[in-house]
Amino acid sequence: MNPAMNSALNSGMAPVATPWFFYALAGLAVASGLAVITRRNAVHSALALIVTLLSVAGLYLMLYAPFVAGVQIIVYAGGIMVLFLFVIMLVNIERSSKDRQFNRMWPVGLAAACALLALFVSVIVKGKAVLNDPITGKALWPDPMRLPESSNTQQVAAMLYGQAGRMGEYTFAFEIASLLLLVAILGAVIMTKKKI
Amino acid sequence: MAEITTLHYLVVAAALFVLGVIGVLTRRNVVIVLMSIELILNAVNLNLVAFSRMWGNLHGQLFAIFIVVDAAAEAAVGLGILIAFFRNKETINVDEIDLLKW
Repeated sequence: MNPAMNSALNSGMAPVATPWFFYALAGLAVASGLAVITRRNAVHSALALIVTLLSVAGLYLMLYAPFVAGVQIIVYAGGIMVLFLFVIMLVNIERSSKDRQFNRMWPVGLAAACALLALFVSVIVKGKAVLNDPITGKALWPDPMRLPESSNTQQVAAMLYGQAGRMGEYTFAFEIASLLLLVAILGAVIMTKKKI
Repeated sequence: MAEITTLHYLVVAAALFVLGVIGVLTRRNVVIVLMSIELILNAVNLNLVAFSRMWGNLHGQLFAIFIVVDAAAEAAVGLGILIAFFRNKETINVDEIDLLKW
């Protein structure tokens, strides 16, 4: 990135993603996340989860991660959620929507989750200083130029597949991930067969 | 309005994570339990991408992509198990899955 462009970006254009976008997307994500775990009908839960996934994809865009946002929309909202809806249609029984939605131990589960929330709050409150630069005391939040949006996909590809004949940092992990997917496909097929 | 920093994203991710944990621990429907696990994985991904932004490198985003791969594998196998179980017992409630209970 040349300095001229950098200064032009810093001075002239106001960022498109304002704090309002963040609060709207975060509120939408949390509200529909709440709907996921409270709806009686599993289809409604799945639709609420799709809304959560899409708003988290919007948050990724605000974090200058367009490739991850695209993966989130295509793989999660497009692939995994279709699988979920398909299975809900397969196993949905009338009875299950009429009887109890929460198991008998739900107060214990809720208490455990509240303890976890307290832990998170204390970690965030006590660890706040870690997120700040030790010298300036300002929030560690690099200039957007250090994560250029336009070449994000290119850089991710270079780290995954390697560049100029060299292996990337994550090429081996990528191969293992493909092996994992192969095993998962085999597992799913064998699991759902009537007779092996 | 103040600038959005890593901390804001951490708070959102913590909220999503706790919602997912509540879903896993209290719901009876296995499909919704699996969806809550997806919620937890999303919270982790959001943290990773926020930290990736904070440090100005792409390692967090790469990890997030691998976690998406993992989530896909988990959903496929989990739902496969669910279908196999439903075929045998005609139920998808967690507390009725007790064949291995002694």
